[in-house]
Amino acid sequence: MGSNMAEAHPVGFRWPMKAKEKGATLIHVDPHFSRTSACCDLYVPTRAGTDIAFLGGLINYVLSNDLWFKDYVVAYTNASSIVSDQYRDTEDLDGMFSGFDASTHKYDNSSWVYQGPAMEGPEDAASHSGHGQEGTSPAKHQPDRDETLQHPRCVFQILKRHYARYTPEMVERICGVPQDLFLRVAETLTKNSGRERTTAICYAVGWTQQSYGPQIIRAAGILQLLLGNMGRPGGGIMALRGHASIQGSTDVPTLFDLLPGYLPQPASFKDDQTLESYLKGATVKGGYWNNLPKFMVSMLKAWYGEAARKDNQFGYDWLGKITGDHSHIATAAAMADGKVSGFIVFGQNPAAGSPHASLQRKALKQLDWMVAIDLYETETAAFWYAGPERPNPSDIKTEVFLIPTAAPAEKDGTFTNTQRLLQFHDKAVDPPGDARSDLWFVYHLGRRLKDLYRDSTRPRDQGLLNLTWDYLPDRPGPEFRIQDEPSAEKVLKEINGRTVSDGKLLKDFEHLKADGSTACGVWIYCGVFPEEGKNKARNRTPTPDNYVSPEWGFAWPANRRILYNRASADPAGKPWSERKKYIYWDAAKKRWTGPDVPDFPQTKAPDTPAKPEGHGMELHSGADPFSLKPDGRGWLFAPSGLKDGPLPTFYEPLESPVTNLLYDQQSSPAVNRVPRKDNPFSPPGDPRFPYVATTYRVTEQYLSGVMSRWVPWLSELMPEMFAEISPELAAERGVKNGEWIVVSSVRKEIECRALVTRRVHPLAVDGRTIHVVGLPIHFGYKGLVKGAMVNDLVALSEEPNVYIQEDKAFTCNVRRGRLS
Amino acid sequence: MAVEREGGLGLGTLGRLGMAPQPMSHESIVKAPRTRAADKVVESVCPYCAVGCGQLVYVKDKTIIDIEGNPNSPINEGTLCPKGAATYQYVVNPHRVKTVRYRAPHSDHWEDRPLEWAMDRIAKLIQETREKTFLERSADGKLVNQTQGIATLGGATMDNEENYLIKKLFNGGLGVVSIENQARI
Repeated sequence: MGSNMAEAHPVGFRWPMKAKEKGATLIHVDPHFSRTSACCDLYVPTRAGTDIAFLGGLINYVLSNDLWFKDYVVAYTNASSIVSDQYRDTEDLDGMFSGFDASTHKYDNSSWVYQGPAMEGPEDAASHSGHGQEGTSPAKHQPDRDETLQHPRCVFQILKRHYARYTPEMVERICGVPQDLFLRVAETLTKNSGRERTTAICYAVGWTQQSYGPQIIRAAGILQLLLGNMGRPGGGIMALRGHASIQGSTDVPTLFDLLPGYLPQPASFKDDQTLESYLKGATVKGGYWNNLPKFMVSMLKAWYGEAARKDNQFGYDWLGKITGDHSHIATAAAMADGKVSGFIVFGQNPAAGSPHASLQRKALKQLDWMVAIDLYETETAAFWYAGPERPNPSDIKTEVFLIPTAAPAEKDGTFTNTQRLLQFHDKAVDPPGDARSDLWFVYHLGRRLKDLYRDSTRPRDQGLLNLTWDYLPDRPGPEFRIQDEPSAEKVLKEINGRTVSDGKLLKDFEHLKADGSTACGVWIYCGVFPEEGKNKARNRTPTPDNYVSPEWGFAWPANRRILYNRASADPAGKPWSERKKYIYWDAAKKRWTGPDVPDFPQTKAPDTPAKPEGHGMELHSGADPFSLKPDGRGWLFAPSGLKDGPLPTFYEPLESPVTNLLYDQQSSPAVNRVPRKDNPFSPPGDPRFPYVATTYRVTEQYLSGVMSRWVPWLSELMPEMFAEISPELAAERGVKNGEWIVVSSVRKEIECRALVTRRVHPLAVDGRTIHVVGLPIHFGYKGLVKGAMVNDLVALSEEPNVYIQEDKAFTCNVRRGRLS
Repeated sequence: MAVEREGGLGLGTLGRLGMAPQPMSHESIVKAPRTRAADKVVESVCPYCAVGCGQLVYVKDKTIIDIEGNPNSPINEGTLCPKGAATYQYVVNPHRVKTVRYRAPHSDHWEDRPLEWAMDRIAKLIQETREKTFLERSADGKLVNQTQGIATLGGATMDNEENYLIKKLFNGGLGVVSIENQARI
């Protein structure tokens, strides 16, 4: 669901196809019939934006037909945990959870907590949410439990009530999926889960680029936990990420709200004034995140070296603190209002590739200076003379630099792929002319800035002056022309970490300390470079007898290939079945073993009791497999960590042709619609925009086209922008295949060719016919082939947990003809 | 890292397979893919989606002559998709920018500028903007040491090491807070 894997991740899709050859059943649930649909056993067309209704229907089917994996659910999830008597569900409040403040559009989640003795930790767990950070957001209480699952406020009973109305009839009315088709999916899924069999769910941005993306993933998580499909071979939820190292840029990261390894970025609106108060607020008592002070202090030591001392909080004051929302979307809005002066863009293309692209271009015109770093001239670099608005250069003040950069084959470095695998790529040749790696650019820029500030004694500049910045190679490669290229391996070693006293590389993050004796740039990557000369990201050893290929690259954390793999054994440590044997307890050797690195303390026996008076991992028993969770359990119900509700709930997209059939509340109440004059939304059922627009990739183009529309081979294969519409919609609008059409949203209009096809078809939604318009994302006004940008139609909006826009479902209209 | 690859389906190979030599033209015997003439073969990773297909970069006379799938990779077993198979043309392409392009305020054209000049100028602009927009304390008196006058964007197509230095320099050194990339979830 939410992915066209065959076309967007073609080589990855070889593996589901191989599984199909061995008897697996493949199901594709998607608004658009694609090559993925064609290759699957079952294709289920659905209305874009209704994934939670569909998944909620599956959850309800599993619960009401008693098809859940009882031994797994009782032992490994929080099904038995009892929730506070202050909690009110969306069933009680017509689409809202308890704690909503209508004036701020925010939830106070204090009523979502477990009932039970209080644990140490921050009072406002919501303030520490963010992607990947559920672990740092503590459940405030050590839960009271009812293992019979009968207590009316235990998670299991809350779940049953929450999804009771997500019936096959309701799924049909909301999603437009006929009941018999829905039931075939439900039966296939449940028959293929349990001790002997597992099911995997794959998703991509078809899920995430919605106003409740994380909640869709949560819904899949609930389903997979109920079916016992987490932490087991062939199970799981696979995020199919779209850029070569988008996983790495989330881990390391270049994101405003996170420090490396998913540590929260210090913020003025939290109690983060000192390192001590930051650590107190961010450290969870239970689970592995209890070690957070070791990760944070080691990171500060890596950044500030000898200047990071206990008596100056290891340089904590030098970090730029966030004072609000500084996401890409919020920044674009601020930029459009003239509040940003300088902008540096590395290999990204907001003028075509970011939501509300016309607003993005308007924003660039307000800048004093902009640096675009890329291999080709992007739409962003050319904003001052090109684009649909036909800008007049003399009106635009921005000083613009286009810096040529190197391709991966022209530099050393690591990518982290979609399975968390770090793979090093070696430099083959120098980049042409004045092109340099982005590493070169950042390193030499930093060197210059340090020089410009060298005489400063102001406290605000000491962070820059103390930044460790020693990356030139000991011996530059003699075969290369560029001799001042920094060493990517030196950076990777800093990321891996060292013991400060002897400079020895660290073998794993178990060795990190909070006293300043270790330095480690990104704790989750620790172990990638465990000793001099041993770069595990360069590992290329085939292991034909081990299907998870442990000697190929390095999978963070600790080279684990399947996360939570303790759950592949039963509570006593025995495999759930011989067929699905993976990690298990070897009683003779008294350790966990199997083809992977156990995601569990190596020698902690399955019958080890939890120590209620302890901390960290001691609070978990030998049968609690989810080590990052404060309570060691998989969360069916999220007592903290999410800003828009503890349970996934169906809302209509921000723009929809229909009203919400389940609740009075039409759309997710905690979403930020970035209200401003140039960012309007069409109201529900707006007759001016009666159709659902959805966006996607094609195999032959990539993102906004910078890496494909300059490539003749790819440009010939997919030369032109189009909109896919059904024969029925074409007839309704008097359009023939191949004719020009104008597609409009309340924000802007674009023109492209009509592709009249059965790949999108009208859906019967609650007695109405809903038409779908399918739009590829890849075009722009530079390159060998050009075309309209679908992002011109998209609104700025921010999902509340991760600040992502909704572009997979919005409303539009279609007319024959061209823009005047 | 150099990789040994076996040659084509010559007579020797057939012999090793225990097959009798088949009738074959002289051309079939002597023709060979140009990759076999490479001076070196370098291990790489596909720059497009996040599947992480292994690639082999063939170099002759300090020039890339081809980029193919790495048959040893357990991820792709030598295969590539249309985009991955076009990596060679993405890298070796006359449309690439090879000099620093500069556009002065209100100007209607690009100019070529020396790389060192551009680096100095950008460093200076960063310093000037930071000086103008730096906020030591927030309105309620909290130490924030930040600037919102500068923003960076991008990183998902780049190396981990590059992303790491961006975050370190811009946040840990300069106090920039709007550091973002394509990823949000």
